[in-house]
Amino acid sequence: MNVRAHMSMLFHLDKCIGCHTCSVACKNLWTDRKGAEYMWWNNVETIPGAGYPTQWQDQQRYRGGWEWDGETLRLRLHSKAGGLMKLFYNPALPELDNYYEPFTFRYQDLFNAPAGDDQPTAIPISKITGEPMEIKTGPNWDDDLGGSNTYAWNDQNFANLPETVRVQMQELERVVFNYLPRICNHCLNPACVAACPSGAIYKRAEDGVVLVNENKCRAWRMCIAACPYKKVYYNWSTGKSEKCILCFPRLETGQATACAHSCVGRIRYLGVLLYDADRLPQTAMVRDGELIDAHRDVILDPFDPQVIEAARANGIEDSWISAAQDSPAYKFVKLWKLALPLHPEYRTIPMMYYIPPLSPIVSVIEEELYRLDVSEDIRDFELFDRVEAARIPIQYLANLFSAGNGTIIEAIIRKLLAVRIYMRRKTVDGVIDEKTLALLEEAGTNAEEVEAIYKLTTQPNMADAFVIPQYHRESAIEAWNDPLVHKGETGLGYIQPPHRGE
Amino acid sequence: MIWDTIFFAILPYIALTLAIAVTIYRSIYRPFTVSSLSSQLLERKKLYWGSISFHYGIILVLLGHLLALLLPRGLLLWNAVPIRLYLLELTGLALGIWALAGLSILLWRRLSEKRVRAVTTPMDLVVLIIVIISALTGVLIATLYRFGTSWFTVIFTPYILSLFVFQPKVNLVAPLPWLIKLHVINFFIMLAVFPFSRLIHIITYPLGYLVRPWQIVIKNREVQGTSKLLHPQGE
Repeated sequence: MNVRAHMSMLFHLDKCIGCHTCSVACKNLWTDRKGAEYMWWNNVETIPGAGYPTQWQDQQRYRGGWEWDGETLRLRLHSKAGGLMKLFYNPALPELDNYYEPFTFRYQDLFNAPAGDDQPTAIPISKITGEPMEIKTGPNWDDDLGGSNTYAWNDQNFANLPETVRVQMQELERVVFNYLPRICNHCLNPACVAACPSGAIYKRAEDGVVLVNENKCRAWRMCIAACPYKKVYYNWSTGKSEKCILCFPRLETGQATACAHSCVGRIRYLGVLLYDADRLPQTAMVRDGELIDAHRDVILDPFDPQVIEAARANGIEDSWISAAQDSPAYKFVKLWKLALPLHPEYRTIPMMYYIPPLSPIVSVIEEELYRLDVSEDIRDFELFDRVEAARIPIQYLANLFSAGNGTIIEAIIRKLLAVRIYMRRKTVDGVIDEKTLALLEEAGTNAEEVEAIYKLTTQPNMADAFVIPQYHRESAIEAWNDPLVHKGETGLGYIQPPHRGE
Repeated sequence: MIWDTIFFAILPYIALTLAIAVTIYRSIYRPFTVSSLSSQLLERKKLYWGSISFHYGIILVLLGHLLALLLPRGLLLWNAVPIRLYLLELTGLALGIWALAGLSILLWRRLSEKRVRAVTTPMDLVVLIIVIISALTGVLIATLYRFGTSWFTVIFTPYILSLFVFQPKVNLVAPLPWLIKLHVINFFIMLAVFPFSRLIHIITYPLGYLVRPWQIVIKNREVQGTSKLLHPQGE
């Protein structure tokens, strides 16, 4: 057993209101620079939708992630020799228009325009060329199903849904959407690291953050195509790759990441997961339907004495082990089995997790009146017995979060519904009857667990939601340098601005 | 002639010194500036036709030059049969034209594409012009002064080797036509510009990728105990 610790984030999709505050916090902190204007290390996209960059899930086009043929695991992008042959031109690389051309407006025109009959306008200016441009697309162009004929109905995750379901979803009465916040997944088997010819990208052992060493990056740009989530970006100005750094300077000083800290809906949780690095091959190389089980297996129980011993042997501090025991990520992912990784079939073993969203209550039109779709024989109008009738098709969620395995999604949805039904009985009716307890059992849970899920879902305070252990940077410094020498060095020396080379 | 001495006995050493010293300095102290500065994100169609043609053309032509330098006898033996000589000459010429065509597309792209122009520095144009002169004179020499694959081995192979033993045989290159001299002088200028420009990305070609493991994990913190052994502070 080779125990390593990982800082993971959890997104409770039911709570996301799609306000993009996370994206703005991230942009203001990290990507508000020349060459980075078009980058959104954190973005929130509407599902169903085309996403950002457009159609990023189309791996036939972008060739991201890994392929498993039953025996060997291969990068979908290239073999090592093949990658070196494609350095001069990488056919799978997205171009700027797949994201959007960043723009601003010439605001001075509003003040400097000569007096006239018309209102002056501020014309859009390209942030790249500095010249006037026509805006064709922009960040979140398809927000809230905008332009859904072009975007949402071409969502890759509809691919194996029956035609009837797809047609239904386009009807105004059945139309449904949700939000999907996305950051770098800081994968355990990152395709970007594997694809980098320079070896500039690496995974930090102590918390699993995947980082680009920009001093080693040579702009071969294979990482950008290889990342199936398209979360590595090319800075066209400096000629270097950049990506989400999980706000490690904040984590190291005990603060939550900017996106999590600013989250209005408080959908984000941060916590440590312990995993077994020796089991990674078994986790990535199983059939699609078994990926989630394998993924849950690689995460270790932080209360298991053997695990604790192995963790200590690997140099994981006790503060990290106790953080792993308190981790909301551990509870939602492993204990309650409610949270799933995004697109596990890319086999990068992503370490950011999502709790799938519940659907709005189904209604029907009868005599031109909207009615809840409830009949006598149904126990609850949440459709506990008919999750397949949910407005977000189970198969659609399965395509996103469980490599197409619908039974995993159904179990999660039923458990989430059980929490709702139980709490409604408790707070509205005031009594928990036998029927409700039977329903909990059917959902594979019990009253105690339901209460715990309810509490962590609805009422977490900051210390519950963000369990950030001490990073002990001092010991990292000690490993490299004499602390007294280091103390004398800080604040001195020349700083080289990250400017484009000649 | 004094100019021959300057260009063929002094310039090469200045260029080589700059190339080596500045490359080492830049790699160690200014690593952030070392990049191939790809602009594929900004424009891809013209790059496809330009970059692939240029890179593969020029790499093969350069390998040909290297072959003539390292294996002059082998090359002469190969060229002893006329059909093989014609085949080699034609291949070299075709590759040169391929590279030149790619370069022209790249120059056209750099000047015509607004987005690419936005990231173009004066040095980018200097590099393009030097490389174009190199490819153009090379193609012209291959057409006008035929069978370079043979005469290179008796003129340039000894000349270049003489540079490495610090006894430059200027008399070998002095009587050559000006076009060939230009090709050589231009190469020395390219060598001098190399460490100051994006040309430096040539030496970062990542051959190490072939042998490294797929995944890279870096441990910032040593395993407890070993770090104490490595740094016995307070002892």
